[in-house]
Formats: sequence, structure tokens, C-alpha cells
Amino acid sequence: MNRHDLKVICEEVRNKKNQYKKKICVCCGAGCLSSGSEAVLKQLQEEVKSTGKQGEIEIVPSGCMGPCNQGPLVKVMPGNTIYQKLTGAMVPPVVKEHLMHDKPVEKLLLFADSRSKPFVNAMEDPFYKKQMKIVLADCGDINPESIEDYIVNGGYSTLEKVLFQMSSEEVIAEIKHSRLRGRGGAGFPTGIKWETVYKYVADQKYVICNGDEGDPGAFMDRSVLEGNPHRVLEGMAIAGYAVGASKGYVYIRGEYPLAIKRFELAIKQAKKLGLLGSNIMGSPFAFELEIRIGAGAFVCGEETALIASIEGKRGTPRPRPPFPAESGLWGKPTLINNVETLACIVPILHRGGEWYSEIGTPKSAGTKVFALAGKINYSGLIEVPMGMTLREIVYDIGGGIPNGREFKAAQTGGPSGGCIPKEHLDTKVDYESLIALGSIMGSGGLIVMDDTSDMVDVARFFMEFCMDESCGKCVPCRVGTKIMYDLLCKICNKQATPKDMQRLEELAVFVKETSLCGLGTSAPNPLLSTLRYYRHEYMNYINQAQQEPVH
Amino acid sequence: MEAKKFGGIEILSFQECEETMIKLKNKIPDVEASKNDPRIKLIMAKIKKENYRPDALIEILHTAQNAYGYLPMNILVFITRQLRVPPSRVYSTVTFYHFFSLKSKGEHTCLVCTGTACYVKGSQEILNKIEQDFRIKAGEVTPDNKLGLQTARCIGACGLAPAVVIDDEVKAKVNARDIKEIINSKMGVPV
Repeated sequence: MNRHDLKVICEEVRNKKNQYKKKICVCCGAGCLSSGSEAVLKQLQEEVKSTGKQGEIEIVPSGCMGPCNQGPLVKVMPGNTIYQKLTGAMVPPVVKEHLMHDKPVEKLLLFADSRSKPFVNAMEDPFYKKQMKIVLADCGDINPESIEDYIVNGGYSTLEKVLFQMSSEEVIAEIKHSRLRGRGGAGFPTGIKWETVYKYVADQKYVICNGDEGDPGAFMDRSVLEGNPHRVLEGMAIAGYAVGASKGYVYIRGEYPLAIKRFELAIKQAKKLGLLGSNIMGSPFAFELEIRIGAGAFVCGEETALIASIEGKRGTPRPRPPFPAESGLWGKPTLINNVETLACIVPILHRGGEWYSEIGTPKSAGTKVFALAGKINYSGLIEVPMGMTLREIVYDIGGGIPNGREFKAAQTGGPSGGCIPKEHLDTKVDYESLIALGSIMGSGGLIVMDDTSDMVDVARFFMEFCMDESCGKCVPCRVGTKIMYDLLCKICNKQATPKDMQRLEELAVFVKETSLCGLGTSAPNPLLSTLRYYRHEYMNYINQAQQEPVH
Repeated sequence: MEAKKFGGIEILSFQECEETMIKLKNKIPDVEASKNDPRIKLIMAKIKKENYRPDALIEILHTAQNAYGYLPMNILVFITRQLRVPPSRVYSTVTFYHFFSLKSKGEHTCLVCTGTACYVKGSQEILNKIEQDFRIKAGEVTPDNKLGLQTARCIGACGLAPAVVIDDEVKAKVNARDIKEIINSKMGVPV
């Protein structure tokens, strides 16, 4: 197809959609599917068919809507009414009362225990009201398995604009201007990364999308890949155009079969329409895309390990420099970006870098997707502007702690991050402030713990994880994590002495400073941050050990 | 690094490698002779699709594991020969990644997510209960090969914590009290 065919397709689909008076979205993200949304979808299709109004009501199996623990979720448009915890039996009243007679079914509305009343328009619920959806904008509204749905919502028009109206330099300048930083955790400015890869001269360059979301408690990338795969695909094609790469790889965890399936489908659809391949939309630009499935190794989230894994080898990291931007996949200049980063590219180029840079805080622009989980009323997927306080996230959006318990800590950054205690609830969440608190932004997992959580055991849990996932290449990480884990077990078993504590702290600093890659240098973070804020809990164990000697 | 890292199998010494290869000698499938074996056909189709490129090793291993449920030693040697790479390269890659297993995983699999959200909500209790009820440890299979128990780092269903996956079906917000019944009903054991 050429560039004008895109508009033709868009018009055709729009005309087809205009005949519908109502739209009803059934969440078919991994969360709701496991809660049984497929049965709800089937029942809904039958029910609507029996009313004879299938020409007026559009049924869309959509991506993630957010509050996963309240699933299966169904959204009725217009009006943004969301129903929660639906089963097949609850579908008939929704169809009869709401779809036929415009009377929302009050008792099935989305509702967390901490709210005083449910909202008919879910966007008025603080859970949605406080959010700002850029990455997740179409997620939950469109059918991720339909490229037409994406195109009619403006999809691929940005790629068309970039290919025909912008030079590589202009694209990179726009991304730099937006002040977008890598969403994988480290927060490196994306524009500068692109520029570095662009400047290297080579016969072949690569773009890699890092979807090896290994942090336990994080599922942002999964939801984006499942809910809007074409957005990531378009972002990758634009990245390829900007840096001069004609080949891309998407590395997705083997644990995410649905994300793999939907992305494979997206590639197939894009190829069929000529949005991938040679002479895209009639321009000289060519771009090929291939999926690589991860095989379960946390360390493969590290870029050099990920490259080794794509090459079919053991996923062990190597020292940097040279950085992948200079010598990456097969020794060629390679751009590696996280899923969320690539999902930001389309809106930035569509609405301008200036617009994006004004969102968030001076040092951290834009929005961040968080996976809210643990002891919290609404757990699920949220997107907030940078600089929102933790209190707003936990209490307003998340609806507070269930069962009348007290908030104790928020854990960010997974096994590379740390715990943020109650007294810092009013911290504004951005890259720098979280580092100052001894944690990191990380990829976006945010686990809430209540006062029943034992922080020493939490540290032990993460250390066990790092010990298990250490690739074994460098000594500090391989041996250090094991010794630290043993010491933490000793403390938990009330057998440790003050001298063990001292050894543990020394070792933590040593491993942090001398390990080869990010896994080792950040492995002591959960330990150090719990030591910083909850030292008394460690001391309790030590004191108990002194009082009641074993044997 | 614990021995667990390697899926519970010990690392082979040079001599053991030699012996293993001799033992397997007559068990390596021959492409021509096993034309009608659908599993070999699947693997060969994948290898051909990837143009016998050694860098597609992990993709090919995924296909093989999907076909067999695990990675039998003779199939590994088969892949080694097709791709013309040393056996050590294949073996080291297989043992590096958690996803690959050299042992049968059992007719039914039960996978307990031990990610942070599930941990906070009591996944350890569920795991203990299963270990007790079915007398197996994580990574093991019951003697009758009916049930295999595994743990996962995080399956990304944190909103539904604690989560357990039984035969590819995700069970949400599982209670340790009910787990025995859930597994038994999946296995078709009368309660």
C-alpha cells in the first residue's frame, strides 16, 4: 500500500463504526481472562444477538482496563460505565437494563471497599480521575487483535508523517526535546541513545525491544504488549527509521504466551498491509521485525545479556564499554529500548516533544506506568504523571489498604529496588527522588505492604531471588549473594550475632561496588533500604538470639 | 549458585559426557527413519525455517520442549547434529534457562507463582500445603508421574495474587485451604 491507502482504510473503518450506537468492551487482558472474561464475552455476544441489535452495539474484546483484581471487567460506552466481577449469569441484566434501556445496573458497578459509593461514570472514580493515560491511552478501548481498530484511532499515521515529512535528525531532535527517559529502570535519556546509534556508520544496525520484564511484581510491559501491540510495533519502525536500522527484534518473556501470540499477529497484519517489509507505504524505508522468546532468566533484562540470548547463547552479560550502541547484536550498532519507552514514541511525535516535556517534573518528564499490587484495594495497572506523591497513588488511586490495616512500606524497583516507609509517603515519585530514598524507579512494579509484613523476611526473599538468578559470571555477585542470603537466614532463624550484622553490611557495600552488571550492583538494594528504615526489626532478631541461645 | 539452578541435575564430568553419548548412540532419531514422527517433523520444520542457523537454538529448543513436554537427551544430541554445534553449547544453554527442563514435568503441572505480590499474599503457605499434601518438593514429580510441582519467578498476574497455574490455566486468588481440591479436580481424582 502507499501512504494514501492508509487514509482510505481509516475512512472505510470509520464509516463502518459509525453505524454503531453503543460500544461495549470486554477486558481480555491476561488478568481478566484468568478470572473468566472469555465466558462473559461469549454470553454477551449471544445475549446481544438475541435482542437483534447486533448492528447497533459493537462488542470489543479489549486490552487491560486497569483494576485487574476486580475482573472480569466490562466497559459500556458512551458513558464510561464499568462493571466488575462479572459472570455469564450477570450479563443478561446488563444487556437488558443498560444496553436496551440506558439504566446502569448499580449493584454491578466498579467499586472498591474503601469508596463511599460507586460511580456510574468510572472516569470520576479517583482510580481513573487521578491518572493520565498516554502509554495506555487506547489500551482497554480497542481490540488488540485488529489492526483496523488501531488505524481508525490514528494508528500508523505518525509513521506516515515521519517517513514522508521528517528526516532522521528531526525525529531524534523531537525525542530529545521531549526529555523522555528510558522506562526500563535506569532512566537514560532516550534521545541521546538514539543519536549515539544514529552517528555510528555501519552496513547493518538493529533495534531491539526489551520485553523481558523479569521483576517480580511488574506487569506493565505485558499489559502494553497484550493491550496495544501495534503501538509498540509502530514505535519500533520509527526508531528504525531514526537510527538507520532495517531489522528489529522483540524479546518477550516465555512466561507471557498471550503477549507473544498477539504480537505475532500484529506483525502478520502489518506485513500484509505493507507496514513492515520493504518500501513501507511507498517510501524507500525497509524494516523487518522478528520475535525472540525468552526462556526464563532474570539477567536477560540486562542489555548485553539480552543480546547474547538473542544470539542463541547463555544469557551472560559482558563488561561495557563498548556499549550496544557501538557494538551490540552480532557486533553491530544496536538500539535497545524498553516496551514502555517505545510505546511513548508515537504520542510524542504525534503531539510534539514540547507537549510531552511539560508533563511531569523538570528532571523526569512524562508519565509512568505502574503495576500496583500487594495489600491494596485496587490492584492493577495505572499510569500517572511523574511527580505524583506516593500517598496519592496508594490512597486515592489504589483505594488504600484493605481489612483496616496500616500502610507499612511500598516496594519499588523489584529485586533491584528498595522499600519506601510511611514517613516518606509524600515523596514525589520521579527518578531522582526515589534514588535519594535508597530505592529506584525500576520498571514500575509497586508492591504495597501492610503492618503484617516482616521486613527482614522481605530482604531475605529478594536476596534469594538474586542468588538464584545470578548468572555466575562474576565472583562478587555469585558468591556475595549466597553469603548474604545465608546471613539473612541466620538472622531470621534468630541465630545471628551483632558481628554477623556487621559482616552483612560490609558485604552489601562490597557487592554493590564490584559486581559486573546491574543485577549484582543492585542486588543489595532491598537489604540496604530495609536496614536504613527498619534496622530495629533486624536488631529485634539479634536481641532475641542473644536472649534465647539455640541448643 | 545452588544446584537447584540447574533444574536439580548435576553437572556432568567429561567422562560422564562421553558415557552419555555412547549410551545415546543408537537412540538419536534419524531424519529419514522418523519421517512419520510428528514431533521430529515439527522440530525439523522449525530448524529448516530458521535455516539451520545456530543463533536460533533457543527458538528450536522451545519448539522441542513444546513437542515433548521436556527436552530428552537424545533429542538434544539430534539438534546438536542438525545445527552443527558442539553438544556443550546446547547443554550449557539448556541448563542456563529456567524454562527448559531435562526431566519429564509430569502429566499435570502445578506452577506456584512466587513473585513479590504473591509472596506478600501468602504463596509460601500454598506451596507448603501442596508439598505436604502431595509429598513432593518444588521441581519434583510424583512417583506415578501424575503431578509435577514447579515455582515461577512471576507470571505477571500480580493483580490476582496469589496465583497458581494448573495445566496452563491460571487460578486467581487461591486459598491454601482449597488448593488440594483444585489440583485433584484438575487431575480427575474424585474428592
